[in-house]
Amino acid sequence: MAEAVLAVFRGTREGGTPVDYRVPIAPGMVVLDALHYIQGHLAPDLAVRWNCKAGRCGSCSAEVNGRPRLTCKTRLDSLPTDKTITVAPMKTFPLIKDLVTDVSWNYQVNKKIPAFSPRPGTDWKMSQADVDRAQEFRKCIECFLCQDVCHVLRDHQKQEHYAGPRFFVRVAGLEMHPLDNLSRIKSIKDQMGIGFCNITKCCTEVCPESIHITDNAIIPLKERVVDQFYDPLVWIARKFRRSGGT
Amino acid sequence: MNEKYETHEHDVLIIGAGGAGLRAAVEALNQGASVGVVCKSLLGKAHTVMAEGGIAAAMANVDAGDNWRTHFCDTMRGGKFLNNWRMAQLHAQEAPDRVRELEQWGALFDRTESGDIMQRAFGGHSFKRLCHVGDRTGLEMIRTLQDRGVSMGIDVYMECTVTRLLKDGDRIAGAFGYWREQGRFVLFKAKSIVIATGGIGKAWKITSNSWEYTGDGMALAYEAGAELMDMEFVQFHPTGMVWPPGVQGILVTEAVRGEGGILRNRLGERFMEKYDPKKMELSTRDVVARSIYTEVREGRGTEHGGAYLDISHKPADYVKRKLPGMYHQFKELADVDITSGPMEVGPTCHYVMGGIRVDAESTQASIPGLFAAGEAAAGLHGANRLGGNSLSDLLVFGRRAGAAAAKHAKETATPTLDAAQVEEAAREILAPFERRDGEGPYEIHRELENTLQSLVGIYRNEEDLNRALTEIERLNERASRVRVEGSRLFNPGWHLARDLKSMLTVAECVTRCALARKESRGAHSRLDFPEYDAAWGKKNNIIVRDGAGMTLRQIPVREMPEELQQLLADQK
Repeated sequence: MAEAVLAVFRGTREGGTPVDYRVPIAPGMVVLDALHYIQGHLAPDLAVRWNCKAGRCGSCSAEVNGRPRLTCKTRLDSLPTDKTITVAPMKTFPLIKDLVTDVSWNYQVNKKIPAFSPRPGTDWKMSQADVDRAQEFRKCIECFLCQDVCHVLRDHQKQEHYAGPRFFVRVAGLEMHPLDNLSRIKSIKDQMGIGFCNITKCCTEVCPESIHITDNAIIPLKERVVDQFYDPLVWIARKFRRSGGT
Repeated sequence: MNEKYETHEHDVLIIGAGGAGLRAAVEALNQGASVGVVCKSLLGKAHTVMAEGGIAAAMANVDAGDNWRTHFCDTMRGGKFLNNWRMAQLHAQEAPDRVRELEQWGALFDRTESGDIMQRAFGGHSFKRLCHVGDRTGLEMIRTLQDRGVSMGIDVYMECTVTRLLKDGDRIAGAFGYWREQGRFVLFKAKSIVIATGGIGKAWKITSNSWEYTGDGMALAYEAGAELMDMEFVQFHPTGMVWPPGVQGILVTEAVRGEGGILRNRLGERFMEKYDPKKMELSTRDVVARSIYTEVREGRGTEHGGAYLDISHKPADYVKRKLPGMYHQFKELADVDITSGPMEVGPTCHYVMGGIRVDAESTQASIPGLFAAGEAAAGLHGANRLGGNSLSDLLVFGRRAGAAAAKHAKETATPTLDAAQVEEAAREILAPFERRDGEGPYEIHRELENTLQSLVGIYRNEEDLNRALTEIERLNERASRVRVEGSRLFNPGWHLARDLKSMLTVAECVTRCALARKESRGAHSRLDFPEYDAAWGKKNNIIVRDGAGMTLRQIPVREMPEELQQLLADQK
């Protein structure tokens, strides 16, 4: 039977190293299957997060051959199996053990986003065309691969000042909900630090749900920030109002 | 004791953060209770995300003739009248309001032309009834409930496993568990506990269920002395993926058939004409699963031992819009383009109708202070669940559980935790580290999966079930000597060693109930008793712990009031 060699990172915050494991290849096998084989036969304490194994829960994120992927959707036959396949934890988040990282920061950021606030007296009628736009953002499975790849977080560690693509997607879903009545634009600029994003589209490239994160979420939100805070006409009008002594 | 272990105190502790657990949490918070939610995974990853087709609720947005009465009758018929009629009634009556509530909390369902929530057809439902978002309804539901809970300030203990319920005399006092990440112990003190841990599918080899589905909640309740009911009724979803091997069992939503998908065998015959000419592909799941199984067994299966499911006669754009998840799942995992050719599908262990016996109105189990909702509870679905009735179940009874648990907490004095129970729980969970010999948990789990798959599957008989019992006993013995390697830091081998205990408990429950029920009804098919039996049709199986052994007895199915009997007679 053909075999693949996986170099899986083993270690903790104190240190670690990739360890090679030989895994028999079955038709249609995905990287997560290989990791399960390793757990079941070679390394029972290999730490891996996973749930649905169907690309719907976003638990099994890792970096396969250096690229952020869902391991349940990465087929071995899509990789060059004549070479060692590297599997490493997401680099942006603090390591716990092996492939498991501490993603709790994301949950902290999420708590700060003001919830859906419907218009008073709404009749709850919406057309499909109006719903389409926000539905794209609600496809997000919170795999945090976009957060992992985003250089603002990965290389510049701006976690204190920048919410990351996942949460621009979440806010876009709220801002573009046809019946939402709240503006989160000021917090997108001030707390979520959308200005740090310089539209390299890395997040869009790794999104397993093919959400157009940059084009459909981040850029429209940036435009709204500009309209509200940097539009010269609005700025002058505001100045006037203020100097008018009202 | 409180100095020894990290301790948290809540009025209401909810175990499980899927649809039922989160809906219960939101309700208990609404009632002013202090609420903690414990879950084995990260928040938002529970198996509810895998629910695809929709939420059944008689909103009559698409078919004006629909109403709760018809939904009630459909549910009772689908369950072959073993259902708790009161649960079926409450469920049908309250589901529409629960769906509207989700919308008011931000859920974005697909729309009708007139701007209402869109509804689709599903097996066993007389009308187009399933409110949906493409084929990712469960994700929409869990995200909506999660956001609602977070905005209300819910306390979530993520990646934490509860291993024992603690009691103060006869009533619930709290729970003992460990953090999966660091392996440290944690104590919860609570006046009420809601079990919302879902099902048991991980004990079978071919399953649509994730690793979390190990029957923990049922096993915890059973260990604490609560009654379990109707455990023989395990639903095999007719359509799981069959090829390639790595994806075997992954769910193919019933929405494919709801949207017009056709089942054919290797010879190209539309075989449902033989088994249910009236409802065809939209027959109930028990019937469709048996039909596919029979076609394969009689030599008319596909190359990889399944049936063909074809939706390619519909326009490609339509398929991609209504079934985007299926389109990508098959394209990426099986190299099949479902807009131009058929899928290969076969039955996969999906759901358990049985579970913790509860009171219909309050969801209280047979222990004061213990509640259960969703898949972990029994009663609503009887012998077979209709597709779409699970998500509505989570909402209706999740809310009821949250309300009743909060009420119970208000009326109850703070319980005392018993140090002896805590120490016993701690000893038990650490024991696998201390053994010098014994085997790891993975092989025992594989053998359990194979045993249940081959001996306690779609079709059963006495000989197989007896063999399964012997096998489970042997595996129990091996599991009691299981040894784990490594440290307590995020150690899946250790975690599985504990989950294995729950799986073995529920596996034994299922097998014992299946042996007892000498008839075929709904999802329980006995080759040696292939017909309905009128006497068994009036009985529910009850299992309760008796020392170290299980006691099984039967109770009469709750009698339906006159007007509901009349309703069923009228709607024939």
